Amino acid sequence: HLATSLPLPSERDHLRPRIDLIVFMIDIKSKYSLKNVEASLAYVDASFFLGKVCFLVTGVGRVNYCSIETNAICKLGEAYGSPVLFCELELEGIRVTTAQRLLRMLQICAGHIPGVSALSFVLLMRNFDDD
Amino acid sequence: MDETVAEYIRRTVLKMPRDEIKTMLQKWGFLSEAQLQTLNFHQIKDNISQEVVQLCEENSADIKQAAVLDIIYNHIYQNKRMWSVYQMKKSAEELEYFDITDFKKKFKGRLRSALKNVTITFREYEDNAIWIRVAWGTPYKKPNQYKPSYVVYHSQTPYVFISASVLKSNLPLLCQALIVASNYHDIREMELRSHSLNSLKDIVFKRYSQNFQTDYSKPLQGENVEPENADLRIVQENRSEKERIHRLNREVFGDGPQPKLEFAQYRLETMFKSDPKMDVLDKKEPFRCLVKFSSPHLLESLKSLAPAGMADAPLSPLLTCIPQKARNYFKIREKKGFNPESFVSP
Repeated sequence: HLATSLPLPSERDHLRPRIDLIVFMIDIKSKYSLKNVEASLAYVDASFFLGKVCFLVTGVGRVNYCSIETNAICKLGEAYGSPVLFCELELEGIRVTTAQRLLRMLQICAGHIPGVSALSFVLLMRNFDDD
Repeated sequence: MDETVAEYIRRTVLKMPRDEIKTMLQKWGFLSEAQLQTLNFHQIKDNISQEVVQLCEENSADIKQAAVLDIIYNHIYQNKRMWSVYQMKKSAEELEYFDITDFKKKFKGRLRSALKNVTITFREYEDNAIWIRVAWGTPYKKPNQYKPSYVVYHSQTPYVFISASVLKSNLPLLCQALIVASNYHDIREMELRSHSLNSLKDIVFKRYSQNFQTDYSKPLQGENVEPENADLRIVQENRSEKERIHRLNREVFGDGPQPKLEFAQYRLETMFKSDPKMDVLDKKEPFRCLVKFSSPHLLESLKSLAPAGMADAPLSPLLTCIPQKARNYFKIREKKGFNPESFVSP
């Protein structure tokens, strides 16, 4: 499901399946995009932040057009205890790889991978960052 | 033939792209078809221009004909120049019959009585446009053919489009000659400038598609918001929001292509409002600031801002009023409860 901001329109509540993973997409070329994500985070129930939220930063290939500091986004990820992925959608190879990564995460969050829970997975990812 | 004329013709031909030299010379009509046949257009431009000058020598070209060739070039490459728009005012609502010969005579007369050394050339085009080229000199110097001013006048309208040369001091004289020749009593510069002459015409002649306030409360049947991915596995949660943005955009910008402007400039003369405790200029004096938006096609990019998710819809009226107000230079002054209607032209 694609949405431009949260909260989701309530009229479609009955049509929506269970949400397993929320990916917040931030376009590094647009400060507006970061502000939008920050505003939308307030509408997410706390239980999602136990591994069911991820930040995806797009547009990192165009170095000259960065409007947002990566530092700020990493801090956001730390504040919400969620992983931050970087990608460039205009390159097909990276696009496909990122999609595969997200799909993998989704499988874990939906409980399809036995022995790995969303929470344990996100803790794994965090530990790598901390050294 | 005069040395300076020869050099001028040579340089004008050099400006033209090689593939277009023949067409432009044909439009010019000064060289016969037989003479044009003798030209080799497959050599380097330097040589082509030399050959053209030689042929002009045979026909004894003078500056008048050379000026016509220059107008032809500038008419085709009008978008290389920066155009300003001027509006003339009549004192009374008389409907006078426009006589082109009378216009030319009065225009030339007015200019020449003030400045003897001027080259004035006229050329009429099918869309009722009269192109005027003026090369300026001084009482002691011959006109500088390399820095002429161009004027485009549509006789059925009060609008004049001027691409002034760098020598701005001649502008008042030019304006005077225009109002005398066209029987108006006043002329003022509009705050509207662009490289695209046709877009300027579209704006002042209201030829672009304008928004109409229609009742859009019921969503139009079968209206496609965007050519969305037909993949049914993707669910758009904010479809109604997208449709609202799309509708608002249509209301503001209309459906057709926008006139082409390269920038909009806002000069702020408002007070800086900050936390009084910070003691930064708070309401002490106007904070002078210039905001300039540039784009290869400003209005189209403004139109695509909201659908692209880069700005909220509706856009600020300061941006969307540009074609309706026929201006892209604004001065914003302090007004109680800021009112966009309070623009004052300088």
